[in-house]
Amino acid sequence: MKPAPFHYHAPVTVEEAVTQLARYGGDAKVLAGGQSLVPVMAFRLARPGQIVDINGIEELDYARVTDGRLHIGALARHARFHDPVEPGPLGQLLSTVVQSIAHLPIRMRGTFCGSLAHADASSEWCATAATLDAEMVLVHQTGRRVVTAADYFKGFLMTDRADDELLVEARIPLLPAGTRFGFEEFSRRAGDYALTLCLAVIRVEGGKVTEARVGVGGAEPFPRRIKEAEATLVGRAFDHAACRRAAEFAAKAVDPMNDTQADPEYRRDLVLAMVRRALEKCLA
Amino acid sequence: MSGDHQTKHATTWVGRSIRRVEDRALVHGEGCFTADLPADLHVRFVRSPVASGRLKHVTIPDTARGLVAADLTRIGRIKPMLHRPDYVAVEQPILADGVIRFVGEPIAAIIASSPAEAEDHVEATFYDIDETDPVVDVLAALAPGAPRVHDWTKHNILVEGRVDTPGFDAMFASAARIVEVDITSRRQHALPLEPRGAHADFDRRTGRITLTCSTQSPHVMRTAIAELLQLPEADLRVIAPDVGGGFGQKMMLPPEYVLIVHVARMTKRSVAWIEDRRENLIASFHARDMRVKLKAAFSADAKLIAIDADMASNVGAYSGFPITCGVEALMGMAELPGPYDVQQYRCVSRGVATNTCPMAPYRGVSRPVITFTMERMMDTAAAKFGIDPIDIRRRNLIDKFPYKSATGLTFDDATYREVMEIAVRELPLSQLRERQSEMRKHGRYLGIGFSTFSERTGYGTPAFAARGMESTPGYENVEIAMDPSGNVTARIGAFPHGQGLKTTLSQIIADEVGVSPEKINIIAGDTDQTPYGWGSFASRSLVISGGACLVGARKLKAKLVRIAAHLMKVAPEDVTLEPGFAKARSTNQSIPIPELARTAYHKAHLLYGVADAGLVEQGFYDPPGTFSNACHVAVVEVDIETGGVKVERFMVVEDAGRLINPMIVDGQIHGGVAQGIANALLEEIIYDERGNILTATLADFLPPTMSEVPRFELHHIETYSDATITEAKGIGEGGAIGAPAAVVNAISDALSPFGVAFYELPVTPQRIRAALRKAGKANS
Repeated sequence: MKPAPFHYHAPVTVEEAVTQLARYGGDAKVLAGGQSLVPVMAFRLARPGQIVDINGIEELDYARVTDGRLHIGALARHARFHDPVEPGPLGQLLSTVVQSIAHLPIRMRGTFCGSLAHADASSEWCATAATLDAEMVLVHQTGRRVVTAADYFKGFLMTDRADDELLVEARIPLLPAGTRFGFEEFSRRAGDYALTLCLAVIRVEGGKVTEARVGVGGAEPFPRRIKEAEATLVGRAFDHAACRRAAEFAAKAVDPMNDTQADPEYRRDLVLAMVRRALEKCLA
Repeated sequence: MSGDHQTKHATTWVGRSIRRVEDRALVHGEGCFTADLPADLHVRFVRSPVASGRLKHVTIPDTARGLVAADLTRIGRIKPMLHRPDYVAVEQPILADGVIRFVGEPIAAIIASSPAEAEDHVEATFYDIDETDPVVDVLAALAPGAPRVHDWTKHNILVEGRVDTPGFDAMFASAARIVEVDITSRRQHALPLEPRGAHADFDRRTGRITLTCSTQSPHVMRTAIAELLQLPEADLRVIAPDVGGGFGQKMMLPPEYVLIVHVARMTKRSVAWIEDRRENLIASFHARDMRVKLKAAFSADAKLIAIDADMASNVGAYSGFPITCGVEALMGMAELPGPYDVQQYRCVSRGVATNTCPMAPYRGVSRPVITFTMERMMDTAAAKFGIDPIDIRRRNLIDKFPYKSATGLTFDDATYREVMEIAVRELPLSQLRERQSEMRKHGRYLGIGFSTFSERTGYGTPAFAARGMESTPGYENVEIAMDPSGNVTARIGAFPHGQGLKTTLSQIIADEVGVSPEKINIIAGDTDQTPYGWGSFASRSLVISGGACLVGARKLKAKLVRIAAHLMKVAPEDVTLEPGFAKARSTNQSIPIPELARTAYHKAHLLYGVADAGLVEQGFYDPPGTFSNACHVAVVEVDIETGGVKVERFMVVEDAGRLINPMIVDGQIHGGVAQGIANALLEEIIYDERGNILTATLADFLPPTMSEVPRFELHHIETYSDATITEAKGIGEGGAIGAPAAVVNAISDALSPFGVAFYELPVTPQRIRAALRKAGKANS
């Protein structure tokens, strides 16, 4: 459990960092919080020849609201979200979700964007980004591009980010006042990666659901909104029966993964339970 | 009976929860573990990625230095012996010699100047293995025609015990009801906080080697390694420094330690191997991969009259030294009936080789499994008879002592019924039952599970000899000395590694010799400094080393009294030792103990003809053994939609005889129950059908966190049996023994409305959901 030899780079600007990434391509890995990268290197499951440590790029350490969006820089640690980073429902939502991420020492070090770059299927932040249609800002040596969550997550630990790109920022649209949300996850132990999780975001006007977002993580190789569940909710009354019906649609819609802790049938059970419970939290 | 005993000793230190003397250094980060020692050379092992095969050749890179089996031809193989006709003695080479028998088996050792560099060379080492079909599952290994793990053997059964009491058949045939259970205990791992590790240093001046290693049994390591390396035992010193837990895993001889000593001898330099977590999970020692089929015969009034058991223990690829691969199978057979009065017993118990990591005892050895078997059976029987789980236990628990079991064990004074009745009262059970039925109306499922059991502890050589062990552990020696300033040093053969034994032994000695515990130093874990002993395991050290300390301290006391009587010119019977001084009752004279000590060394002429100079005594103790007992109660809530289980309450009512230090006893129970809850709900080593291990990291093998372990509610009663001279019983394993049964009884109780019950460990959320689906309650 000692990493294979590697070269270490500590750029202090984004330009420097992307220059290194351009030079080394797939042989380079970006080190931010290191909470996933360092263990996989210790197991030699990842053996990058070049480590580009971005912790010295101070300009990336932010979480701020501009133009109706929350902009989260690549060095914003999970713990930054313990207290709401903005006064509206989004700040509340992030502050709720962060409580389920691992343990305090990990939250002090790991980063929001690092989670998105690693793209674990069960990551709370990945599910949040998928549910809220976050945008990812990817910078390379000659420019930048913005990718929406629906296009960003590509597969198990796979994203649209190219080897020479640095994920510098995630942007999440603020949620209108009155937006309700519910988050539920099931894990074997406190702080473990969830076997399945659900983030539900609901707006109700005039007794009817006007907007529904049902994001599921942990069940499939990457998190996504479950359109079938959302469609059954919109335009109808929001009650326990609606929550149950949407959960049943979600459970049917997913194509669950299989591993030692959860086979597909069990994961489907969990989708049913997590979606219903997350939605029911929006009833209050 | 307990009343007299309580007043028999005017105890001062025994019975008090004084702080552990061990903790100051540990909590200040001043402990010293094997990994803290600097080394010139570092070893990493190339380990087999396949479970079974022919190892054709190994090529170590030219730039690296390493060893393969061909380099070790003069080193012996580990071959533990049981003197039983049914025992097949297999040998384990230090490095795989042509045959691969489990994933993780060491096939080469790389020596480098740093662990990272050694790992680079490990990766660059090439080997050629012709993979063959492995046998992984214990029942598959028993099937006719199964591949044999050791090809020269007739079958994979390495040990087979049988019991068949005269009259069994007739009694079994007379049963009004037979209750059958089929139990699966999935493979466990002790997961000590500190993995294994060894550091060996060659002393050019003396030619001696010092092995510092993470072990529970330094003397046993010395004997075994010296023998395998054909070293004079006097040339090997074994030191166990601070050790971060063992739980049985570290009482066994690791082949890696033998190799490290060999490398130190070969290179004449210091060399270290510090096991990493992955190695510890795949290749240290596992435990409790067992199946038990039990048929219990009851009379019409729910009295157990006979039990018939077929037990199979997966022992992995080899038999470990010194305890052998018979440990789980033979202990399981001897102790299956547990605390229940049943005189007719038939059992066959087999230890079966497979292409998996070898076994070591793990806290409780097979008793968590046999307790689980009997306790699940009792709850199942209660349901069939339509009586309460408490009621069926009342009808069957032993309550007359001494009790001779069907396998010839003598149960000393204990309180099997009483601890359960206390639990029923303290919960209180009736209120819980009301709450349970109220919650069910709202679709919430509370369960209450009981487990009553005996814990055989503190047993000496006769118990181990009964298994036919070539190396027969059991006794302990203590060398106890008072120095000229009146302080006491006790050198013990046992080896505490977290149990707080230095504290408790000093309490025992303090009461005898009139010296407070802080003036008593306990020396352990260094073969150059301590008398030969067996180390710490099997809930033995407080009873046996404690007994030896008491014997030695009484001799020391007698000598102090003799000297004091001589100096005060009174009869020895007239002298008492009080804290700090010796006193003559008749004359009211007194002499401070330090003055007696100084006299014994520096004014020996005054004692000429009365006592030899100095104050050094030996204590020896080798008791028959004693049973402590307990009732565990788990209260759980099962989430039927997710299969999640929340342990809401956990109560232990324990009788461990005289409590030397109640705080330390509570700590032992806390740790054991936490491991027992983990065994019931979380921890499981999983192999696939090719013998690949799927739980090689702590992301897959799940020890509990504080969030999964509830606050414990503990109650004690103290029965002072005469089976031990301290009147203390062992307590090291009971928490782990009783908890799995209590938790799974509670889960099964919670899910009884669905007709769902569990006979396996662990009960995971996935398994709960699968059972509920099968029962027709697919979804909420």
